[in-house]
Amino acid sequence: MAVISESIKDMKGYKLHVVKTEKFKTNTIVWKMKAPLTRENVTKRALLPYVLQSSSKAYPSTSKLRSYLDELYGANLFVDVSKKGEYQVLSFSLEIANEKFLSDPEPLLKKGMQLMAEILVNPFSDNASFDKDTVEKEKRTLKQRIQAVYDDKMRYSNFRLVQEMCKDEPYALHVNGEIDDIPEIDEKNLYEYYQQAFGEDEMDLFIIGDVNEEEVRSVADELLQFSPRTPKLVEPLANGKVEEKTVKDQEDVKQGKLNIGYRTNVLYGDQDYYALQVFNGIFGGFSHSKLFINVREKNSLAYYVASRLESHKGLMMVMSGIEFNNFELAVKIIKEQMAAMTAGDFTDQEIDQTKAVIENQLLETLDTARGMVEVLYHNVVSDKTVSLDEWLQGMRNTTKEEIVQVAKKVELDTVYFLTGLGADK
Amino acid sequence: MEKIIFEQLQEELFYEKLDNGLDVYILPKKGFNKTYATFTTKYGSIDNHFLPPGKSEDVKVPDGIAHFLEHKLFEKEDGDVFQQFSKQGASANAFTSFTRTAYLFSSTSQVERNLETLIDFVQEPYFTEKTVEKEKGIIGQEITMYDDNPDWRLYFGLIQNMYKNHPVSIDIAGTIESISHITKDMLYECYETFYHPSNMLLFVTGPVSPEEIMGQIKENQSKKEYKNKPEIQRKFDEEQAGVAEKKQVLKMNVQTSKCLVGIKAANPTQSGKEMLKSELSINVLLDLLFGKSSENYTELYGAGLIDDTFSYDYSQEFGFGFAMVGGDTNEPDVLAGRLEAMLMEAKAGAGLTAENLERTKKKKIGAFLRAVNSPEYIANQFTRYAFNDMDLFDVVPVLESLTLDDIKNAANTLIDEDRFTVCQVVPKDK
Repeated sequence: MAVISESIKDMKGYKLHVVKTEKFKTNTIVWKMKAPLTRENVTKRALLPYVLQSSSKAYPSTSKLRSYLDELYGANLFVDVSKKGEYQVLSFSLEIANEKFLSDPEPLLKKGMQLMAEILVNPFSDNASFDKDTVEKEKRTLKQRIQAVYDDKMRYSNFRLVQEMCKDEPYALHVNGEIDDIPEIDEKNLYEYYQQAFGEDEMDLFIIGDVNEEEVRSVADELLQFSPRTPKLVEPLANGKVEEKTVKDQEDVKQGKLNIGYRTNVLYGDQDYYALQVFNGIFGGFSHSKLFINVREKNSLAYYVASRLESHKGLMMVMSGIEFNNFELAVKIIKEQMAAMTAGDFTDQEIDQTKAVIENQLLETLDTARGMVEVLYHNVVSDKTVSLDEWLQGMRNTTKEEIVQVAKKVELDTVYFLTGLGADK
Repeated sequence: MEKIIFEQLQEELFYEKLDNGLDVYILPKKGFNKTYATFTTKYGSIDNHFLPPGKSEDVKVPDGIAHFLEHKLFEKEDGDVFQQFSKQGASANAFTSFTRTAYLFSSTSQVERNLETLIDFVQEPYFTEKTVEKEKGIIGQEITMYDDNPDWRLYFGLIQNMYKNHPVSIDIAGTIESISHITKDMLYECYETFYHPSNMLLFVTGPVSPEEIMGQIKENQSKKEYKNKPEIQRKFDEEQAGVAEKKQVLKMNVQTSKCLVGIKAANPTQSGKEMLKSELSINVLLDLLFGKSSENYTELYGAGLIDDTFSYDYSQEFGFGFAMVGGDTNEPDVLAGRLEAMLMEAKAGAGLTAENLERTKKKKIGAFLRAVNSPEYIANQFTRYAFNDMDLFDVVPVLESLTLDDIKNAANTLIDEDRFTVCQVVPKDK
């Protein structure tokens, strides 16, 4: 039996993905739109979903729109901007109660879809221009959202690593854009960009829940129609020779943040992608991994230490919080773990354990509607059609030799350390 | 085994109190891949002063010891329990709050073995001086990590403003200094006092057979000997009604200021239905006052005083309770002033209308449905409710029963200027 049954249909200007499942008490509607990450558009894209979710023609203020959401049994609407490889993805999510579990039998899913369409295609606008007041408010909030990265040192140090490591690549752009762009954006040029985005982006609608597929398709077709388009694809950049570099910043912090970036030279959908997943799991992905055991348990250097993959960009990031003067020791231990991986210094038991935990993690992700959407969206981003069953089978079949081979492809690019003001630089 | 049916939600809950006093709950979840289990003791950071069983004098233990114990239970003579779980395809974790310590796993295979591992590792402590010392470095880094986190400092600063004597004002992980005094003997003493099955609750939810799971747990427990234990005697110093400090400003390395307004609850000693009703009334009240559809939110957002970090929350356990409202802001003093004024206006009835109440009730009911999609939410919240003699599955009926008078009463009881306090984080150069 397939772990998940996804039906995908071509619609007018977008694809509709339906997953029918009875395990949730709500239905989830997610609209995603993807375009290449560019210096020119990054800030406008970061702003756009927040402007769209604040109001619409029928609900021309946040309080009116939010009151209507309350009426729909607290339908949960939120937007998000994320980076998937060299793409910037906008997500609009609406989760709405399934009336089957309410004492009030009024059908809600169609109303939820109507509201989603209203937000996407019927914005509060006039004469090819958004409402000025709304745009100004959201510009202010965007500025604070960008600044907030600096205030959370874990996010900040990761952001700094990416900035240094991917200096001349679009990937270095922050997903929320640049503060300096904000004053240039106004209700008119943002509206222009809005039309451009809905005319060119690759767009996908996901509906997850106890739904009738035919019905959902006909409602979607009635509400959402766009011109046909060919998605813009970004060719992965060929990596030059990687030369290891170290960057240190000094800030008024109590704990040092160590972030190390590697180039994996493997992307989602590649032959050795499964081996890369298992490699990352043995190396640093879990609490049985080499990093956790050696940096934390054996040497008491850190509370958190882990590695994670950026599957669409071919990166692996290690992150940890340590005392300032343990920098060299921690880097040395982390490099030793990497050397152990390339030398094949890990047991069959570590492999089996890691495969079991990866499988568990994937299956658990499918227990939330949002998790399902994120997992399924990998195929959209990579323009592949890997089913989850193939994915699991590919991961399970990985051999030790393949893991060692993939470990040898992983290159250390940048060691970043955020250290204290008094510490040696 | 008792079976409780919730018709509207289409859920069934199975319950039994075992001979040794352990409460076991099982909620089957069809269609889910994972099974999630929590094993929780009613013991948290506030339980730092108590009478150990068989002793005649009470003891005061170092700040952060409940959390330290949580870390140390994972280490055994033959290694780390995390390893054991991952060999069995599970992911394990634990957390310590003011009043609870919970151990948990989730797995999509080998559920019986993982459940056995969970129960056994929590019930078989192994503490040595050496492993206790080693942990001090790790937890030291956990504490330092929180020291750099402005949101955590703001949250705890606000609680410290409210409570003068109550141990809720102590940071859950303690300080590097306080944990330096922890010894293995102290851990055993806390363990003996608080980890008796009669002080604990085991919750299992997932695609499981309740009969099999209950049978397995009973079998496991019948092999272990537990003496009947006298009731736990916790000691708390008297706490004043008013707040300890009206305002605190923390200077940190941030670019955007943060501001929270807190209200210390008036005499939070309820339990059961009374507590559930009071707690839900306050939650509805806060939603009416500060939800995104409220006039207050529109005003604050429009004036640029708040952004999307704005939030509000009410927490209550036996002996302490607090409401908090706020978020990131460029004008922390103006925001504090406006929030306090809005609260006082609400006490006089502003914004509390029947229409707003009906809308907010719908919103809360929908939010509950969304929450019960999550096995984590069900297990953790059910346990918290049970420890306060409340039933999680009463939430919807009690919400439906709330009247405008209930909300006005809640406003009147909660809101009192003498119990207001403000905590702010501001950039160092300001």
